[in-house]
Amino acid sequence: MPDIPEPAFAEPWHAQLFALTVHLNESGRFAWPDWAERFGATLAAHGLARDLDGGNDYFMAWLETLEKLLAEQGSALPEEAGSVRAAWERAYLSTPHGEPVRLSESDEQAI
Amino acid sequence: MSPRQDRHMPHDHSDHEHAHALLPSDPALRVKALETILTRKGLVDPAALDEVIDTYENRVGPKNGADVVARAWSDEGFRAALAVDATEVMRELGYYGRQGEHIVCTECTPSVHHMVVCTLCSCYPWSLLGIPPGWYKSDAYRSRAVREPRKVLAEFGVALPPETSVRVWDSTAEIRYLVIPLRPAGTEGMSVEELAKLVTRDSMIGTGLARVPE
Repeated sequence: MPDIPEPAFAEPWHAQLFALTVHLNESGRFAWPDWAERFGATLAAHGLARDLDGGNDYFMAWLETLEKLLAEQGSALPEEAGSVRAAWERAYLSTPHGEPVRLSESDEQAI
Repeated sequence: MSPRQDRHMPHDHSDHEHAHALLPSDPALRVKALETILTRKGLVDPAALDEVIDTYENRVGPKNGADVVARAWSDEGFRAALAVDATEVMRELGYYGRQGEHIVCTECTPSVHHMVVCTLCSCYPWSLLGIPPGWYKSDAYRSRAVREPRKVLAEFGVALPPETSVRVWDSTAEIRYLVIPLRPAGTEGMSVEELAKLVTRDSMIGTGLARVPE
């Protein structure tokens, strides 16, 4: 076995998304077999158009599956997710480089 | 609630031309949005997320599986216990899966080689092997492992004798497989720790063989 293993996740957001899903499962928000079935269906749908390489496209399918599941459960509706995403984008664009990025106070209150 | 500091600050010190923080990719922002929403609703504990990431980035990996294989090679009683109820053995070793899945160990013999795939998505024994490699999650592997296993094995550099048959196991959310590869020749008298070093991740998926000691 090589002494330096491959990184578990290629991108920080892959790790974050994985952790979010595992945590939601462990706290009982959904059963893992249900998750696997939904995720398998998304992968199959994506794979119809082109062969997925198991990298970024795999986690894109994962994200889409989680967004749909949370929307169905009502815990994160699409409009909510869209506006919080936009708030984070504003926060990044208005934070000087090198400083920690936080949501603005007005966004914190609005969302 | 106080605003939470971003944990994935870009550290792009070579480029000081950015007036503002580097904008993460669209999916990264969408993940952040979900996390923010769920945290505010009390459905997610950010510290628990960090714990999950730390576990899979730093603490869980193929060395757990290699330990199981090396013990199986060394101890008949352990091997018998694996055959009866591998899930229970994993529980005792602390390698129990977090998703409550059953673990089944499939042991290679000179007449049967085992290999594992998940045709549905990418079910994998995380607690024993860590996060699956990209190829395990690819459409190519997922569709071809069942259809033409020998060809896939050849691409991994594994050439089996013609008399060895190949058995492919399809993982599910409920059952995850760990392949016990053949113990290499010339390893008599080696300790469990020494043996474990010969057990590669791929040999426990069945797309490789255990290494022969130098």
